[in-house]
Amino acid sequence: MAGAPEIWVLVLAGGAATYAWRGLGVLLSGRIEPDGELFRWVACVAYAMVAGLIARIIVMPTGTLAETLLPERLAACAVALVAFYATRRNLFAGVAAGAASLVALNYLRVAL
Amino acid sequence: MSETTHSSGAAALRGGAREALGVPAAVLGAGFIGYGSLAAEHGYSVAQAVAATVLIWALPAQLVLIELPALGASLLAVIAAVMFSSARFLPMTISLMPLLRDSRYGAVTRYACAQVISMTTWAVSMQRCPLLPVEQRLPYLAGFGIACLAVSAACTAAGHGLAGVFPPLARLGFVFLTPLYFFVILVGEVRTRLAALALSCGAISGPLFHLLSPEWSVVLAGFAGGSIAYWLQKAYGRRA
Repeated sequence: MAGAPEIWVLVLAGGAATYAWRGLGVLLSGRIEPDGELFRWVACVAYAMVAGLIARIIVMPTGTLAETLLPERLAACAVALVAFYATRRNLFAGVAAGAASLVALNYLRVAL
Repeated sequence: MSETTHSSGAAALRGGAREALGVPAAVLGAGFIGYGSLAAEHGYSVAQAVAATVLIWALPAQLVLIELPALGASLLAVIAAVMFSSARFLPMTISLMPLLRDSRYGAVTRYACAQVISMTTWAVSMQRCPLLPVEQRLPYLAGFGIACLAVSAACTAAGHGLAGVFPPLARLGFVFLTPLYFFVILVGEVRTRLAALALSCGAISGPLFHLLSPEWSVVLAGFAGGSIAYWLQKAYGRRA
């Protein structure tokens, strides 16, 4: 399967659209001092944007995740955090436990 | 996270790669297996799916690129949505690059390294780089980022080949791994109070702004949440 040419257009345009932000970031970063106030504000905006996107994906997902319920996703996040701290901050244990509980909760709801 | 410095730039590069080839690569790999199999179901060839991972290197944007055309959106609308969803790379790059600045790395190296910045590599580098000598930070990011990118590209191809093998329920787990991973690193690994404040403000504003305007939500939540956090720390930070 060669794949449709219009998918190549999408992929290349998507790559360019994403790199535009990265390249602009390198360009603008040249004038910013890492211990200045502007740097602190930009870092706050970056953390908030990342957190905002993740929160949006967890609270209001699109695609496959939209088939799950909000309480299921929130419970899975809580399980992940509990497992993370219970295993002395083992990221793998936390993430695996969280994903497994989402699958299990979803399975129980659909099966019962 | 045992060692904090390396003997040279090359050692920092290898050290970064070694750190990536643990939990980060496992979680990203699983997420990209899910992406690869989704892409296959939407008519992507294996080369197209791998190219998307390497060139875009942002899972939310790659999912937009699959979901929106499937809903019948025009090319222009799809590209606009990708730009909105990946606007975070601007403040992410601006806030990481000054930490990596060192006279021995030229512009080409810096522009090339910007491509490996992702939510994972950024979140890890923001924590790790201040602990490293300045000349080792850029090699560390490069090693960590290239290793993550290579594993993700390989897993995209594997997922493409495995399309149809996973039951929908298993794919649900794969798709949820990545947001969950970010959730746990962001909650569990952030050390400074300012970053914690910014994360909380962003997490609250993200869904709120999504209700107002789905396409502008990431940008607006970042500016509003980040500015509120910055202001709160400035106004109350010294007393707390």
